[in-house]
Amino acid sequence: MSQDNDNNAYWSANVRIILISLVIWALVSFGFGIVLRPMLAGISVGGADLGFWFAQQGSILVFLALIFFYAWRMNKLDREHGVDEE
Amino acid sequence: MDQFTLNLLFVGASFALYIGIAVWARAGSTSEFYAAGRGVHPVTNGMATAADWMSAASFISMAGLIAFTGYDNSSFLMGWTGGYVLLALLLAPYLRKFGKFTVSEFIGDRFYSKTARMVAVVCLLVASITYVIGQMQGVGVAFGRFLEIDAFWGLMIGACVVFAYAVFGGMKGVTYTQVAQYCVLIMAYTIPAIFISLQLTGNPIPALGLFGEHTASGQPLLAKLDQIVTDLGFREYTAAHGSTINMVLFTLSLMIGTAGLPHVIMRFFTVPRVSDARWSAGWTLVFIALLYLTAPAVGAMARLNISELMWPNGTDAQAVSVEEIETDPEYAWMATWEKTGLLGWEDKNGDGRIQYYNDADADLQAKAEANGWEGNELTNFNRDILVLANPEIANLPGWVIGLVAAGGLAAALSTAAGLLLAISSAVSHDLLKGQLTPNMSERNELLAARISMAAAIVVAVLLGLNPPGFAAQTVALAFGLAAASIFPALMMGIFFGRINNTGAVSGMLAGLIVTLVYIFLHKGWFFIPDTNAFTDADPLLGPVKSTSFGAVGAMVNFAVAYVVSSMTKEPPQEIKDLVQSVRIPRGAGTATDGH
Repeated sequence: MSQDNDNNAYWSANVRIILISLVIWALVSFGFGIVLRPMLAGISVGGADLGFWFAQQGSILVFLALIFFYAWRMNKLDREHGVDEE
Repeated sequence: MDQFTLNLLFVGASFALYIGIAVWARAGSTSEFYAAGRGVHPVTNGMATAADWMSAASFISMAGLIAFTGYDNSSFLMGWTGGYVLLALLLAPYLRKFGKFTVSEFIGDRFYSKTARMVAVVCLLVASITYVIGQMQGVGVAFGRFLEIDAFWGLMIGACVVFAYAVFGGMKGVTYTQVAQYCVLIMAYTIPAIFISLQLTGNPIPALGLFGEHTASGQPLLAKLDQIVTDLGFREYTAAHGSTINMVLFTLSLMIGTAGLPHVIMRFFTVPRVSDARWSAGWTLVFIALLYLTAPAVGAMARLNISELMWPNGTDAQAVSVEEIETDPEYAWMATWEKTGLLGWEDKNGDGRIQYYNDADADLQAKAEANGWEGNELTNFNRDILVLANPEIANLPGWVIGLVAAGGLAAALSTAAGLLLAISSAVSHDLLKGQLTPNMSERNELLAARISMAAAIVVAVLLGLNPPGFAAQTVALAFGLAAASIFPALMMGIFFGRINNTGAVSGMLAGLIVTLVYIFLHKGWFFIPDTNAFTDADPLLGPVKSTSFGAVGAMVNFAVAYVVSSMTKEPPQEIKDLVQSVRIPRGAGTATDGH
């Protein structure tokens, strides 16, 4: 039974990491890149504004960072809960 | 050596390279065909997946759409990269743990239903065939230019080459061929971009040059571009013009469609371990990002170059003369592209000059009246030619032009062939052998695979004669269909244990049908012209264009599956155990064929 409890704890920790990552994912693309762009209009980046930069460059860079963060964090979590592949 | 011979040389050499590698790599083992990627380093696997994924839409079409629309088409950039986050976080590791080879097998097992598996196959076929239409458009443009013939004949010849390439076949399964294709493709995309960025801004990195200074005018590049396009009556490049809701839904459709496309997901089934599935998604995105971070620079710089070529002495002076277009080598690309029927100009007012401007703009109409212009004279500029024509527009050396031709063909052919293989295995393996005629012999299965491949190509060419948009837009429709049908079923299968067979089947059907009908209502039934009741300029549901409807379809899918499942019987215990086991990495064996 304790293994089941630990698996549940592992799963909820995973879901929490996914949710945090998806909030950032949505913030940089749908947020900064589209909906919140007018609010960032004051910050200029080389002939355009920060929202334009996020839509065409920044969001992609953040996506990359997110995937590598998730892979690293989950490998650590796998070991902590003893569910990693031997 | 003339340009035609040079193109031939580059295309021929790249094909020889792919075939050479295929022969060399195949000598080792033939079982690599299905299990490409096992025992391959995640970095190599990522490169191969990137080649598989980046198609004519990414390579040939996307930058052109961004160039002529500006900020509003940033959706393509965010959508086609952001999907990998969903793939890495929500699908790849769990599908790897499940350990079978195809998407429809997972859906069939998780929802303990042959019907679910069949519905998944149908969804997959509809999305893949739509995707192939877009690829064939790109192939048509590339062959049209490269053989200097009409795009229609380019399409016909391209279809034959794709068919031969796909039937010849196993090549696709060999990871190292795809690594070579990736290298050709990315060099072909970035080298001209670096040249052009140096010419315009002095910065060798296009992504930085885009936000750098335009050397000739001393202004920031984007400010200069905004100024020149508004002078010609077009909409400001960096500003938002479309509906925000539509842009959000369009981006979301492309993202969840990416995570729902079978030929991409399949690559993560066969990596050695669950943790590799996570890393592989990251490396794939690294290699994709190299192109996607460059594409907006390619688009913006090409738009600036074209505008300046048409108005060589500034927008207030005289436009380019017909004589210059016909004799000046800087304009030679216009004559070559005119042969494909994808570029056209006409001296409407007979003043010996070609005025390029937006004749629908009120300010410019006044200016035109004062100057005796009679409408925009650059009458046709197909968006899909921009990337291929770009090195010629910027007057780059001949070998760069040849390289781009080879890269465009590599992108279009590898993805088209990959999709055809996915379609044929869905028909022969999942549909015929798995359901209708289980006792079919190996030989007949192979025959059925070839016939379905040929049928798919004929359907794609027929529908591709009246394409529902430019290549990337057609492909966007395919993503909408995948988003509305496959992704929700996979995600619910992993994250919501309560979803049962009836729920999943009703959800997929509802998502697919509602999206397909919405697309046909706007693009014509089966894309036949003039059978549409609405247009994307004035869509049925407020601002929601047909290309953006996939996200709505996915929500319908989720909602229907949830409601139906909660009204019907819970899934049996062994399915609950399956869901539990998929969630835990420990104990993942190697992937096995379920038959």
